Amino acid sequence: MGSTHTTTALEHEHATHHDHSHHDDHHEESFVSKYIFSMDHKMISRQFLITAVIMAVVAMTMSIIFRLQLAWPGEKFAFINAILGDKWGKDGILDPNMYLALVTIHGTIMVFMVLTGGLSGTFSNLLIPYQIGARDMASGFMNMLSYWFFFVSSAIMLGSCFIEDGPASPGWTIYPPLSALPEAMPGSKLGMTLWLTSMALFIVSSLLGGLNYIITIVNLRTKGMSMTRLPLTCWAFLITAILGVLSFPVLFSCALLLIFDRSFGTSFYLSDIYIGGRPLDNVGGSPILFEHLFWFLGHPEVYIVLLPALGITSEIISTNSRKPIFGYRAMIGSMLAIGFLSFIVWGHHMYMTGMNPFLGSVFVFTTLLIAIPSAVKAFNYITTLWKGNIQYTPAMLFSIGLVSSFITGGVTGIILADSTLDINVHDTYFVVAHFHIVMGLSAIFGMFAGVYHWFPKMFLRMMNKKLGYLHFWITFISAYGVFFPQHFLGLAGVPRRYYTNSNFPMFDNLVDINIIVTVAAIIGALGQVIFLFNFFYSMFRGEKAPQNPWNSNTLEWTTPMANIHGNWPGALPVVHRWAYDYSKPGQEHDFVPQTVPLAEGEHDGGEH
Amino acid sequence: MKLLVLLAIILLIIAGHQLLRIIELSRGLKKTKEWQINDTDNDMMGKAMLAFMILFFLFFFWQINRWIDRSLPAASSEHGVKYDALWDANMYLISFVFLVTNFFLFYFAFKYRGHKNAKAVFYSHNNKLEMLWTVIPASALAFIIIFGLKYWNEIMSAPTDVNKVTVELYAKQFDWTARFPGKDGKLGSTDFRQIGGTNSVGLDTADASGYDDILVKNEFHLPVGREVEMLMRSRDVIHSAYMPHFRAQMNCVPGMVTAFKFKPTKTTAEMRQDPYVKQLMAGINKQREKEGKEPVEFDYVLLCNKICGASHYNMQMTIIVESEQDYNKWMAKQRALKTLASN
Repeated sequence: MGSTHTTTALEHEHATHHDHSHHDDHHEESFVSKYIFSMDHKMISRQFLITAVIMAVVAMTMSIIFRLQLAWPGEKFAFINAILGDKWGKDGILDPNMYLALVTIHGTIMVFMVLTGGLSGTFSNLLIPYQIGARDMASGFMNMLSYWFFFVSSAIMLGSCFIEDGPASPGWTIYPPLSALPEAMPGSKLGMTLWLTSMALFIVSSLLGGLNYIITIVNLRTKGMSMTRLPLTCWAFLITAILGVLSFPVLFSCALLLIFDRSFGTSFYLSDIYIGGRPLDNVGGSPILFEHLFWFLGHPEVYIVLLPALGITSEIISTNSRKPIFGYRAMIGSMLAIGFLSFIVWGHHMYMTGMNPFLGSVFVFTTLLIAIPSAVKAFNYITTLWKGNIQYTPAMLFSIGLVSSFITGGVTGIILADSTLDINVHDTYFVVAHFHIVMGLSAIFGMFAGVYHWFPKMFLRMMNKKLGYLHFWITFISAYGVFFPQHFLGLAGVPRRYYTNSNFPMFDNLVDINIIVTVAAIIGALGQVIFLFNFFYSMFRGEKAPQNPWNSNTLEWTTPMANIHGNWPGALPVVHRWAYDYSKPGQEHDFVPQTVPLAEGEHDGGEH
Repeated sequence: MKLLVLLAIILLIIAGHQLLRIIELSRGLKKTKEWQINDTDNDMMGKAMLAFMILFFLFFFWQINRWIDRSLPAASSEHGVKYDALWDANMYLISFVFLVTNFFLFYFAFKYRGHKNAKAVFYSHNNKLEMLWTVIPASALAFIIIFGLKYWNEIMSAPTDVNKVTVELYAKQFDWTARFPGKDGKLGSTDFRQIGGTNSVGLDTADASGYDDILVKNEFHLPVGREVEMLMRSRDVIHSAYMPHFRAQMNCVPGMVTAFKFKPTKTTAEMRQDPYVKQLMAGINKQREKEGKEPVEFDYVLLCNKICGASHYNMQMTIIVESEQDYNKWMAKQRALKTLASN
């Protein structure tokens, strides 16, 4: 490894000691090693981002298809026929099996490919080496593998949409026996096998990436970058990676046992089943076991999705309020608390499964505890805005949007965490509204914020501000337009994953709510075209970015505006202060980069 | 026609391309860069944040005003009344928190919108303040937890009423069967291997207590004012027995028997006379008329609320709650399984 052009930990040492050694790295690279099998964290970050953008477009289009069906059940849409063809969209009417497949793949892609792989993959890769002052990830090779496992996993997931029986369709939570029995639905045949294969590869990718992030943050911080000077972004990435490393292996075993049940006749999750006109041999297993294993990942997963977005937001809100983040240590503490608690709350997904009610009450307690650190975070964001000098970059707009959705979706979590109240809204649209707002919107807003903020570092050009503004307002307004009314569907008792609500007369009066939701979804989807244009156009033709466009303190803005190996041409920067000295009294500018030494008598860490 | 559309698209692309070139060329001449944030931007966006907040809150109240009357009617079960009270208390609390915190967020976003000459206050932490907003949510949550768990324990405890009605809900793709124990008051034991023919729920033929069991489809009846113990089983995949009017739900899991108990407090006939239900049904029938469908009357329903396959959206059963007398009359008309089988 040391002999190639990649930057390893060894070379990092080497380069630290010899300022000019880095010069040797600048030999010509082949197209393949530069753009495809790259081991450079910046290129891998861009690969993750672009893959995630493509996956997000696919998943969003799927949601538009099933939203059309929900608002106008039985209507014929040329759009549906054009996309799904005669088999799944005959005459432009969505097939019920395809409806379930779409909700399943929409959820899977959004949760795993976009908000886990895409969000962590893009920003952990980009920002960890940059912000801690490292030449690259601890292992560039593992990092490359992480991306390519992700790529293959995404490709298989997409590919599964084109097979004869259609993709997996038991919902993104793939509860057996539905997902285990090919007789139960077409989506439990080959599509499910491909889903599980894709997920297994995804977990490999996630573990390779996660281990790398942890090791890099722990070992490769530059001189002076103590853990208490670490930007909150890196703290968030670190905790996220730890959550992933501890919980994804459980999903792996969960999926593996399901593969065994499906293919090798074991009975981990199956018992007493009569299907397809015959009793099955399987006895003694329990679907509840699956649910435990699944949600042991599934709940930390929510925070794997959310924490990076919160980390990104912390950085952006502080920078653009021109104020230190309020309660830096409390922010770290609450992230640690959220991370820890996230492992002991999984049972709140299972109050209504027949799990022992006493066990349920334990989970009520732990789940509601998690509201405390979450509330602290929200209050700290708001206080950071207080008496700030807010600079409205598109990234800042999305960050404020995130705080709003984090609160709005978070408060309904208090209802759902309460096992008693969960009885009647469990698996209804109330839940759909809750998790889309708190997890979906917050995480995607965080991702947009990150893209707008660090685009200059990624592509060395600026995105268009006005298009960014337009994109934000369309997205923000339509997002609430989509998900807020869904609470009311939940209050009326509408279950999730219904192909149509028209078979129960009791839901007939909700037609107009569903139409509002769908119209907002279509507007929101069209709004993303603005983003896509801005993103791809600016990548090639945007204005050239200066070194530190947002007057920010963190180390990534001290690197030259060229994507060079090793990030800094000379010695690695030395850190002298925390990342949040904005508008510090007695300073010439309203920002003091981390590399500026403390003046005599000056205090670090928010004291002055 | 298609050619014309194609031509129009090509022209649009060319026009767009030219427009972008002009923008690109002109930005070289400007001193300030497009991406730089100026006071006008900050002013506009700050005000937009405030305007959004107002619209958002208006939208919130507009939705409540327009749609809250389409919520489920007040609970028709004993524990459901407590459920509703707890729900309301929690809803008011979180709505308050939602409004207040969003207000501060957007108001600060407006008030402190940036200005060239402004300087932010260097304010990095305040232990007292942080303690305050750790303790306040914690104590509010303590109440939520205490009340929630108190009701949870009541609702999930074993049935105590000696006079209880036992019903088994048996789920399969894609319908429900309700099984009553018959004269002996005992549900016969089951064995999934014996499913087949008329034995649709897999009664164990060796167990005589199952011979008088009563199986019904599409609709089953319950007496008002008596505790109902519902036992749930599934033949194939996980289903969920959801009876929203009774605030009752439990998954049906293959390989195990799950349970939920409740006491219906209002008969179907009483519900149909309820003013709230009447306005609800008026709204429903108005929409049905628009769609050219027959008007309907209120009924309690059992829905499937766990994804179970293609017809998940259509797994339903009607529940009729009636007086003890009517219930007994209905029960007398049902035929025991043995007689059904011998036919």
